[in-house]
Amino acid sequence: MSAKIILDSKQFEITILRLCHQLIEQHNHFTDSVIIGLQPRGIYLAHRIQKELEKILKLKKIHCGDLDITFYRDDFRKKELIPNRTNIDFIIEDKNVILVDDVLFTGRTIRAGLDAMQAFGRPKDVELLVLVDRRFSRHVPIQAKYVGMTIDSIESQNVRVEWKETEGKDKITLLS
Amino acid sequence: MSHLSVNHLLGIKNITKRDIELILSTAGNFKEVINRPIKKVPSLRDITVANLFFENSTRTRLSFELAQKRLSADVINFSASNSSVKKGETLVDTVNNILAMKVDMVVMRHSSPGAAVFLSKRVKAKIVNAGDGAHEHPTQALLDAFSMQEKLGDLKGRKVVIVGDILHSRVALSNIFCLQKLGAKVKVCGPLTLIPKYITSLGVEVEPDLRKALEWCDVANMLRIQLERQDIKYFPSLREYSMLYGLDKTLLDSLSKKIIIMHPGPINRGVEITSDVADSSQSIILDQVENGVAVRMAVMFLLAGRQ
Repeated sequence: MSAKIILDSKQFEITILRLCHQLIEQHNHFTDSVIIGLQPRGIYLAHRIQKELEKILKLKKIHCGDLDITFYRDDFRKKELIPNRTNIDFIIEDKNVILVDDVLFTGRTIRAGLDAMQAFGRPKDVELLVLVDRRFSRHVPIQAKYVGMTIDSIESQNVRVEWKETEGKDKITLLS
Repeated sequence: MSHLSVNHLLGIKNITKRDIELILSTAGNFKEVINRPIKKVPSLRDITVANLFFENSTRTRLSFELAQKRLSADVINFSASNSSVKKGETLVDTVNNILAMKVDMVVMRHSSPGAAVFLSKRVKAKIVNAGDGAHEHPTQALLDAFSMQEKLGDLKGRKVVIVGDILHSRVALSNIFCLQKLGAKVKVCGPLTLIPKYITSLGVEVEPDLRKALEWCDVANMLRIQLERQDIKYFPSLREYSMLYGLDKTLLDSLSKKIIIMHPGPINRGVEITSDVADSSQSIILDQVENGVAVRMAVMFLLAGRQ
């Protein structure tokens, strides 16, 4: 298996900053906006963006939650699934929700995320932010509003996003 | 490994420590789900579950049914009192008839020990044992362990005493297996007529004196006196039993440390424990009931996920 780095730590930082500024353009001071990261790997991006936004906007707290979608998946029983923690200590009723995941591939995870989110209220508006958009591979009609980078890849390839917090270094690798 | 080692939950004896830990951690996720504003998830929307209760039950049956509904499963209920069992149909025939209606999972309570094992060898469905005679009641043991873990953290090295009618209790046997697999130490306490002779072969000590047992333990699980299973007199009177083995507030307050009080229900108030103990801050009886739904959701979710 060959591994090719498609985003190194410097570019990674720039990309995150760009995404943050795009969000600020839309959401101003985040008074009615909340961030929800999808378990297991979207939460790192969500928390990174939350921290950056708080730094840039000099805000005390932007709401950011972790959402596990295991119980809403449509491939339950096709493979073994382990649930992760859901941690959302706010109600999303009438809020602008920014749904965050690291890689957008088939779109099925996001679909399950939209279902799972409803247990916490009816949001006013939902947007999708992803770090990597693997285009031309969607199984459901879902598109992201904010995209870190777009790549063309084939089904047998794998995109891995690594984080400073967990793997020691920020980078994105294409495994084929 | 992220899956159970078994296709059915027949007892705690034949599952591994890893299985127990997987069920308890998944139950933690479901406990979060059932405390949301919307408590339902669609995981088992394509599964039909039959609840077959050949023996009376309120709590367990409601708990299972609620767990199934929270998982979006379709549920059918059956109780022996108004069924063809009365007309002489055998267990396997009854169940096969129900399965012919395309049922995927069976939750069964039966008065014969081993009924669940018997059924699991003869029918094509996932079986969950909801109590078989005086043999096992696995989901009760799992929810008891989950409730203890919530209060105490890791159960390794913790001391648990099970008080009362051990002889007729499936809860006691399942609890002993479960706690020992998780590394806890278990003692039993009760009138010697209600303690089975084999119990020491399970690595369980017998302590006939309630005060000594309570001084030793971190958790006391007070069992119900099962008069309906006692065909002969095992002790002179309920009054004498409650004097020797009943837990009242005076005894509880006189202990050198604060212990946790559990009871699988239904409580005979004034027999095993008095009302002020059952309603005290040391009692986690209602937590057990709440956790029961989460644990049963975890069990059915994990079993349904097995290919």
